[in-house]
Amino acid sequence: MRFQLTEDQRALRDGVRQLLARRFDADALRAAVRRPGRLDRALWRELGAAGFFALRLPEADGGVGLGLPEAVLAFEEAGRALLPGPLLATHLAAGAVPGAADGSVVVAAAGGGGTVEWLAEADVVRGDATGAVELRSVDPLTPLHRLPRGSGSAAADERAAARVPGPYTSPTGVPDASAAVLLTAAEQLGSAVRTCELAVQHARTREQFGRPIGAFQAVQHLCAGMLVRVEVARVAVYAAAVTADPVDVAAARLLADEAAVRGARDCLQVHGGMGFTWEAEVHLHLKRAWVRTHRTGGATESEEMLADALTAGTR
Amino acid sequence: MNLTYTPEEEDFRARLREWLGKVLPTLPAKPSPDDWPGRRAYDLGWQRTLYDAGYADVHWDASPTVRLIFLEETEKAGAPYVGANFVGLLHAGPTIAAEGTPAQRERWLPPILRGEEAWCQGFSEPDAGSDLASLRTRARRDGDHYLVSGSKIWTSHAEAADWCELLVRTDPRAPRHGGITWLAMPMDAPGVTVRPLRTLAGSAEFAEVFLDDVPVPVANRVGEENDGWRVTMVTLSFERGTAFVGEVVACRRVLGELAREARSNGRWDDPALRRRLGRLNADFLALWRLTQWNVSEAQATGGVPGVGGSVFKLRYSHARQELYDAAADVLGPDALDLGRPWTLDRLSSLSYTIAAGTSQIQRNIVAERILGLPKGR
Repeated sequence: MRFQLTEDQRALRDGVRQLLARRFDADALRAAVRRPGRLDRALWRELGAAGFFALRLPEADGGVGLGLPEAVLAFEEAGRALLPGPLLATHLAAGAVPGAADGSVVVAAAGGGGTVEWLAEADVVRGDATGAVELRSVDPLTPLHRLPRGSGSAAADERAAARVPGPYTSPTGVPDASAAVLLTAAEQLGSAVRTCELAVQHARTREQFGRPIGAFQAVQHLCAGMLVRVEVARVAVYAAAVTADPVDVAAARLLADEAAVRGARDCLQVHGGMGFTWEAEVHLHLKRAWVRTHRTGGATESEEMLADALTAGTR
Repeated sequence: MNLTYTPEEEDFRARLREWLGKVLPTLPAKPSPDDWPGRRAYDLGWQRTLYDAGYADVHWDASPTVRLIFLEETEKAGAPYVGANFVGLLHAGPTIAAEGTPAQRERWLPPILRGEEAWCQGFSEPDAGSDLASLRTRARRDGDHYLVSGSKIWTSHAEAADWCELLVRTDPRAPRHGGITWLAMPMDAPGVTVRPLRTLAGSAEFAEVFLDDVPVPVANRVGEENDGWRVTMVTLSFERGTAFVGEVVACRRVLGELAREARSNGRWDDPALRRRLGRLNADFLALWRLTQWNVSEAQATGGVPGVGGSVFKLRYSHARQELYDAAADVLGPDALDLGRPWTLDRLSSLSYTIAAGTSQIQRNIVAERILGLPKGR
């Protein structure tokens, strides 16, 4: 058992982190916030060229030929950097929608959860977005459409999935529905990692009452709680990437949602009044984390699946 | 990144499972929780059985992964827990193995492995709980002996132990963490008085130990005089690293039992309860993955488990309490029946956020040693 990142996996993670640090730094993030709803097509193609979308597509089909663990690491970095765009929908469309793999085409998905992200900017929409109504999205970096009532249920997800062009099961053998839930969890994990870092950085440097606030136990314990949730979510996400077991995926999703949402809230609290301002990055993490919790395979579905697994005797 | 075991490890698992299937039905009935002589005999007997079958030293000599498999399989099969051998096998033994002289290793290690001698832990004091470094039990040199005076508390298995791993202050003028020495004290030495303490669960699970000029040979000192703090840190990292493997397996089993109970008594129809059990399943699944991650890391680095154990202990101790609170919801009024094992487990789970460093202390450790925040007050 070598349940640790391999050298190649570390290199891949570092490579994605460097690419995003170079192409989507703090200034780019602010610029994106200033023009909401607009996708940076040049960056999209660059992500495509780097293999972000084609990561799990077999080499024979022009892909990178890697697996779910590698995709999880890439999506963790995207979440960490708050990278905007329908990353998941385009990644899942690689191999099924021409142009998705190389980033020349932007794909949105009306999969589940009742909303569609980036519908207006997409070149191709998978699933049925008929009657979708634009929302004033809480997240300035994720434009949202609301699907008609009833179409966000689990049953509707199945129907929508059945209408998706291309194979329901990707060439890697992992169902798209399961991969969608896990890669969402990976993004949540990355966001939780980042808010923990931001909180700790701030607590180390911000002085009140003549010393860094990180010397106060009340602040220390907030930060410790954040790290515990991050590390628990991390192993759950990585293990689910290795096994691709739906029960592992559901657990990963629950724990990553918790780590991202509570982590962003605690980070905001550590930042005090500054955290409540638009200038601080914290609110963007919280809002995006909220958006992700509404994607398919969220809390209720995951908890019910994990409960069922208990009496099935398999866990 | 993988979660598969080597053929050798799988072979070990299969042989162990087969042996457990043969030997467990032949074991005598477990003694009652208050019967310390009976518990001692039972636990030491189990250790002897392990010794005869070649499994006695799995905590010491096996790779971390094999140790993980051993703990997983014995718990799944319902084998006896280490019990009265806990301190000897998981604390004192590893400490003596790492820090003792050849003569000390020869004197103390084989009897632990053969199930002949049990150990207890004399670390905590009435005025030094999680603040271990403020301990005050004194030891003054008198020829080739130390004379030890003071008192210890929360000492599990004290009535049943032959030896006590004892922390004493040998230099009261030294800084808090200096001036401490690690001694092996015979529990039958003159001047040792044991007073059992009744816990909120009703049983005498641990004791106060009073020490009145107890003579301990200088030869029983492990490590240098006044170097006991460092020796102790070696011990504590073992405690926080792998001590809970079997318990996570046990909690996952209990969770399955709870779900089946809820199915049969109708509580399963309550979506809130169902979802709560589902969430607990996620927690214990992740705690098992965290265990595998930590073991895999220990195997890769060859080192003892690090401060990451604090992350595990924090989440685990709270999850365990939530598990038995959920059990009470499943049971309804039966949760008030002390005859139900889940009721006793619920009571004893209250110790988990206190024992072996409170959750508050663990958060300090995470904040200062992992996240690098400035030292707090």
